[in-house]
Amino acid sequence: MEPLKLKVSYAPFVRSKDSIESVMYNVAAALLPATLVSVYFFGWRTLLVTAVAIVSSICFEWAIDKIRKKPSEYLDGSALVTGQLLALNVPSGLPLWMIIMGAFVAIVVAKHLFGGLGFNIFNPALVARVFLLISFPAAMTEWQVPFSVDMQTAASPLGILKTDGLQALADFNMLDAFYGIRPGSLGETSILALLPGAGWLLYKKYITWHIPVTFIGATMLFTGIFHLLDPLSYASPLFHLLTGGLVLGAFFMATDMVTSPLSLRGQIIFGIGCGVLTAIIRLWGGYPEGVSFAILIMNALVPLLDRWDVSEIKAKKQQSVKAV
Amino acid sequence: MKTFKTGGIHPPEQKLTSGKAVEVMPLPPELAVSMSQHLGKPAKPVVKVGDEVGKGQLIGTADGFISANVHAPTSGKIRAVKPHPHPGGQYSMTVFITPDGLDKWQEGLNTPEIDWKTLSKEEILRRITDAGVVGMGGAGFPSGVKLSPPKDKTIDTVILNGAECEPFLTADHRVMVEEPEAIVKGLEIITHLFQGKARAVIGIESNKPDAVAALKKHAEPKGIEIVTLETKYPQGAEKQLIDAITGRTVNEGELPFDKGCLVHNIGTAVAIFDAVCRNRPLIDRVVTVSGMEIRSARNIRVLVGTKFSEIAAFCGSMTEKTNQVITGGPMMGKAQFSLDVPVTKTTSGILFINNIGLEKSGEKTCIRCSRCISACPQNLQPWLLANTAQLRDFESIELYGMSNCTECGSCSYVCPSKRELVHWIRFAKTLAGKRKQRQSA
Repeated sequence: MEPLKLKVSYAPFVRSKDSIESVMYNVAAALLPATLVSVYFFGWRTLLVTAVAIVSSICFEWAIDKIRKKPSEYLDGSALVTGQLLALNVPSGLPLWMIIMGAFVAIVVAKHLFGGLGFNIFNPALVARVFLLISFPAAMTEWQVPFSVDMQTAASPLGILKTDGLQALADFNMLDAFYGIRPGSLGETSILALLPGAGWLLYKKYITWHIPVTFIGATMLFTGIFHLLDPLSYASPLFHLLTGGLVLGAFFMATDMVTSPLSLRGQIIFGIGCGVLTAIIRLWGGYPEGVSFAILIMNALVPLLDRWDVSEIKAKKQQSVKAV
Repeated sequence: MKTFKTGGIHPPEQKLTSGKAVEVMPLPPELAVSMSQHLGKPAKPVVKVGDEVGKGQLIGTADGFISANVHAPTSGKIRAVKPHPHPGGQYSMTVFITPDGLDKWQEGLNTPEIDWKTLSKEEILRRITDAGVVGMGGAGFPSGVKLSPPKDKTIDTVILNGAECEPFLTADHRVMVEEPEAIVKGLEIITHLFQGKARAVIGIESNKPDAVAALKKHAEPKGIEIVTLETKYPQGAEKQLIDAITGRTVNEGELPFDKGCLVHNIGTAVAIFDAVCRNRPLIDRVVTVSGMEIRSARNIRVLVGTKFSEIAAFCGSMTEKTNQVITGGPMMGKAQFSLDVPVTKTTSGILFINNIGLEKSGEKTCIRCSRCISACPQNLQPWLLANTAQLRDFESIELYGMSNCTECGSCSYVCPSKRELVHWIRFAKTLAGKRKQRQSA
């Protein structure tokens, strides 16, 4: 008999089936309904936008892994999700070279210059979106009208609210907005298409309710107070829920594990902060939409929130040592 | 259903052998009886090469306060006394016995059952200590010591641990189904040592309904409570079990008796009964032989000192795909480097598994998913402890609660990046301990 080769390693010898790949591919699958519905609303060019965003993200990931002499991890699904989210955050008519540039900013600047997966402070797809929005404000706000044959564009409901005020939105239909029949970016318009994915991630426990609920709740509460005070100039909280990228941001971007706080307390503060900042930017800011900026600002506070927990643990222990 | 407050996981139960009655393994051609079968100092061998020993004869005597006696598991001749691989991973002094095949008890041992009520408490404690009874759940703490807590501590709850929360293991389960009377008598003896006033509880996980039924039948008439616990790992960890049954929290630096509790393993209760009522030293135990790579998984009653290679042969041998052999459960067990290692008093299971997939995955970077935090039953931050351990920052890691970690492995189990979180914590504990020794020396 061949001599037995026994491997000595450390316990535990069983592990859960979850891996980085399974987390990422589940998020990608959860975003799929939104991607598919965008094809229905905005036509075939959305597929091209999505494909270019995903392929260029994965290519940049592959290249930077080579340059950093890291084991190739371009297929672990994280670049796929970044590309998919980037596509869902831009208008369907965006020039392809801008999308490639966005993918570069997301993967190389926002992710790998900070250390790669697990070390980036800011959500890569959101950094790319904000970069594109600031660099190419015109192209990034040419929102296509759903079902239009000739790529006809129009302002988004939030844009109309910012420039023309509430009166201009007299014929705004809440139910249409829920289905997604309104101008906007690929993935933000159809709340209906986002909900099954959000439910799936909650069911699989890849996200918890804390961030989405506090985020959306804070936005609605804040805008609701002003709507009650002055219903003629401030839109209703339901309007704020159904327009812009609030649902997409709250369930899929703010919940990014890498860039959100670890503890439940931190997550709740993070969610409330995102919600209040979104409302403030929407009501009084220079931009019509504030979700991306709000999440990025709160991303910057995450290390602080995490350190708060750690220093509390330390202080508690030091106290108990002193007591003894 | 009762359970502990924070954390916990649900690994696949894999109780392949829960319906298999305990079989007695035939006498092997040689026994390697280790002198360290317990926590604390190894026993001192009191036999020399060439001696004839009877079954149950003392061959190693307790060395110091925390130590335990070791007895010959069968009658035969001492072939050698030398260091030999131990399932704990080290070499330890081992007495080799060549059985004479007669399996003849030494005079005065294995006597007909007597009523423990006729014995004084001192006599009961003496019998338990003499018989070398240790905690059979895994740690192997000498039972005589555990049963003599400091005078100023009052024990009001005695808990028998029938949770058996580790995947694969069914040894305690089978003992509960097959020997409920012995368990009940063992528990009665323990409570008697505490004036008989202590609340006596047996905690059993809900995935063992037949064990619950068997014990209910025999224990409830004697005033012993049976508590069904939720099937959740690590339900059978001492601190979690106390929390689940009494709601009390054993804090860092405290022992169960600080909270009025005493926890014993199911097998230990039977060993205590055998020692007190039948004058039978602890020389054998029930072991679960399982895992995907053993051809005939089963529960066996096996003599202490039987080599793993003999057991593998008895259980239909292992497949060619076996690449790891584990003692204990898959969550907290130890991987073996050799099949020459013998069964000890604390070997609850031997698992033959193929872990090639796990090995290949390797550690990846933390993606901050915070699952380790929600899985930790001790309310710690495993990612922080592991990161600090990797930085060799042994001062901070103490402040982050390292010594409160029970090493249950739940954090490593749930980590999607397959980080060896609990390993890094153990690593830091070992190095920090060594550093302290050096500083005090």
